[in-house]
Amino acid sequence: MSAHTDETHFDVEDPRLTRFDLVQEGARRDGVEIVHYEPRFPVPGTRRERRAVRSISLLFLLAGLLGVAFVVAYIAWPWQYKMGSGLDKLYTPVLGVTMGLSLTCIGFGLIAWGKKLLPEEIAVQERHDGPSDAAEARLTGETIVNMGDELGLKRRPLLGMAALAGMLPLGAVIGIPLVGGLIRNPHKGPDGGPLMFTAWSPNPELINANLSEPEFIHVGPVVNGFPLVGMVREDGSKIRPEDVSIGGQITVFPAIYNKAGIFVGNSNDFADSPTLLMHLRDEDAAVLRANLANVPLNQVGNTVDGKPAPNTWGNFVAYSKICTHAGCPASLYEQQTNRLLCPCHQSQFNIVDNALPIFGPATRRLPMLPLTVVDGFFYAAGDYQVPIGPGFWERP
Amino acid sequence: MKKPKVDIAALPAATARELDDRLQMATPLRRVFNKVFPDHWSFLLGEIALYSFVVLLLTGTFLALFFDPSMREVVYQGSYTPLRGITMSQAYNSALNLSFDVRGGLIMRQMHHWAALLFMAAIVVHMLRVFFTGAFRKPRELNWIIGLSLFWLGFTEGFAGYSLPDDALSGTGLRIADAIMLSIPVIGTWASSSLFGGEFPGQEILPRLYIVHVLLVPGIILALIAVHMGLLVKQKHTQWPGPGRTNSNVVGIRMFPAFSVKAGGFFMICFAMIALLAGLFQINPIWLFGPYKAAVVSAGSQPDWYVMFLDGSTRLMPPWEIRVWGYTVPPLFWPTVVLPGLLTMLPMFYPFLEARFTKDKAAHHLLQRPRDVPTRTSVGAMAVAFYIVLTLSGGNDIIADKFHISLNAMTWAGRIGLLIVPPFAYWMTNRICLGLQQHDREVLAHGVETGIIKRLPDGKFIEVHQPLAAPDSHGHTELDYAGWVVPKKMNRVGALKPTLRGFFFPVEERVDTPELPAGESREEITSGRH
Repeated sequence: MSAHTDETHFDVEDPRLTRFDLVQEGARRDGVEIVHYEPRFPVPGTRRERRAVRSISLLFLLAGLLGVAFVVAYIAWPWQYKMGSGLDKLYTPVLGVTMGLSLTCIGFGLIAWGKKLLPEEIAVQERHDGPSDAAEARLTGETIVNMGDELGLKRRPLLGMAALAGMLPLGAVIGIPLVGGLIRNPHKGPDGGPLMFTAWSPNPELINANLSEPEFIHVGPVVNGFPLVGMVREDGSKIRPEDVSIGGQITVFPAIYNKAGIFVGNSNDFADSPTLLMHLRDEDAAVLRANLANVPLNQVGNTVDGKPAPNTWGNFVAYSKICTHAGCPASLYEQQTNRLLCPCHQSQFNIVDNALPIFGPATRRLPMLPLTVVDGFFYAAGDYQVPIGPGFWERP
Repeated sequence: MKKPKVDIAALPAATARELDDRLQMATPLRRVFNKVFPDHWSFLLGEIALYSFVVLLLTGTFLALFFDPSMREVVYQGSYTPLRGITMSQAYNSALNLSFDVRGGLIMRQMHHWAALLFMAAIVVHMLRVFFTGAFRKPRELNWIIGLSLFWLGFTEGFAGYSLPDDALSGTGLRIADAIMLSIPVIGTWASSSLFGGEFPGQEILPRLYIVHVLLVPGIILALIAVHMGLLVKQKHTQWPGPGRTNSNVVGIRMFPAFSVKAGGFFMICFAMIALLAGLFQINPIWLFGPYKAAVVSAGSQPDWYVMFLDGSTRLMPPWEIRVWGYTVPPLFWPTVVLPGLLTMLPMFYPFLEARFTKDKAAHHLLQRPRDVPTRTSVGAMAVAFYIVLTLSGGNDIIADKFHISLNAMTWAGRIGLLIVPPFAYWMTNRICLGLQQHDREVLAHGVETGIIKRLPDGKFIEVHQPLAAPDSHGHTELDYAGWVVPKKMNRVGALKPTLRGFFFPVEERVDTPELPAGESREEITSGRH
């Protein structure tokens, strides 16, 4: 290439060379040929040049002005939140606009500088692409092979095997502590692990399963040695049947209290427990009772006076609010069609057919919570008969 | 002793000499200055991603100083009155404080979120550019794979960030993420319980996601961006075909000063756009959503735009649950685990598949116009159509609501659309590509349509064409296709006078049409047939 021959003849100290000659020679040595180079304004001080310089300078000055405006607004604008409408609501917009416009001016100024004032040029750079020189590749290859020879693994196979046998466990030593601390058996704990029960189970061992000492308690009338779990509103207040209007629904939580006596049943510690309590119209309840006979699952679990009883109470029925698809709360109740819709992926459940999924990606019914009323207040007559929420591999 | 005289003017040169004495930088430095960048607007798309990432790092560092990912329950006492006295996690509390009780905190939060959306959008558009122009071909397959990994890392990073404030939307997103993990056969429950430290939501997930969000993933992204750029410098830019441009050179402008000035300006404009969006358009107003409660969700809960296609695939999935030998594979597994897996693997292997099918093992540095590679373009259009159907389905409840369409009809439209729209997109794109190719060849053979209709003596009307080349010795004006834009309008071949410069008044003299030199005549444009 000519660049290399030129290099020997090129004298950088030659006083006849202009600076651009040197630039061009430098570029040539980097494999770059500047094939076209033309100042935008060959004659200095023309009207067009002055105009370009003026407009670019204006942009930079404007940027500075807006930058100052930003700083002033940042310091002086009332920024602390106050109820109602006030200047504080404009704090963020003012900051954004001053910062944004200041940056816009800088940006356009720089680009205009590059496009309007810098010389027009076309440079061509050679790629020097493709594989390495064959001789070079060979030399490197042989060097690598020689490493193997030097280590002598072929001659001393035992050494290689021993090194491998020693290093593999070492890899585990590095990897296992990184991951091992995280691993947690999902089925550890009473009753097959936390996926298998909810806080509606009256067994106090279950709601305290993850804690070193019992923290939570149920309060309710004792049946079979365990207190019944009360159904309460979000604020912890008990619910009477007459509190739910016909055709209405209410989200209920297990009446769980912490040691200080504060209601915590609505907290995310019991995220699997929110339940929808519904008061069906007479005709819908009749349809539901007829359908119940076809779904044995929902008939067991509830007992009244020691005898099996349906899970519903009167015209009331309670379903898990946690969608069996992806676990969102299925909370949009369409009263007229008796459908319950999950807003995340639009699974729809038929309330009067045991919450059978009738549209969308959900495949399983919402589990039914056995209901009972003691002393005029609602209680769960036991936990759900199946795991609630999204499906998983070992779901029974 | 006499004080040595410091010559300020000689200081830069002296410093440079001292540095070079120690580091020998002269040659490599000049090499960097002289690196040539080709100029085309489509090469700037990747830069937007890079600049948004810089903004993300800057704003993210600020946010990290105030945000506390703890899930401990606290009672809000900050200045946003409507939420005072409400029990919430410390994470949500500190995110609210960032928005209301830290000066300028809200604009930083909004800039962070907008920059994240822009980052992902720029990555997607940049990937489309690289795909449709064939820039991923040998020797750039590795950089294509790194770019694809950056998309998924950005996706993960974005989701983690979306989950951190622990508002109602965050929690709902995490609940679904947990369900997705649970749906994986055999290891699902183990993965979920290990990540969440027990049953959802537990106390662990936010502190863990926080480390993932501020250290682990950004670290990997930063490293991969460095490799991405390093490979770009090593392998040099691709370029469009054009005069003097070959497979073995790069034609453009040198990095300093021209390219870097423009790139710096472009950075400022990207930064400015993010600042303006953040100032003027509210995003993720977490104080309106309230803290996450397992029983609360609102209709129209949407993820960030780049997650919507997975939400869509989840909505469209029919309720097909597999249950064998007492084990379950929930339907959620297919659209949220298998599909993203396929969407990672297929594009990753695409450069190699294409090279295999076209038996093309050569290195390519010249880009292809999409129309010239109809099969690839159509495959890409098919993928885009697939993605669009899924993304629209991710918001199908909003569409159903706004346009008064049945929600179930929207779901069915999505299900059917997912099957028929992509093949249709393939067919249509293929036809368009072929048509455009044909028109290019036609113009090269017969010239540009002038819009001048001429009536021949026999009464026939013809349109006059302007040939693009001077006739050769046989009178032919055909040109070969050069893989680049063919002028199709008279304006493009200089039929219009150049417009005068100046906004309010002209800054240059008006040049009148030159008079023809005496004794010379020019014919009017004709069909050239008589």
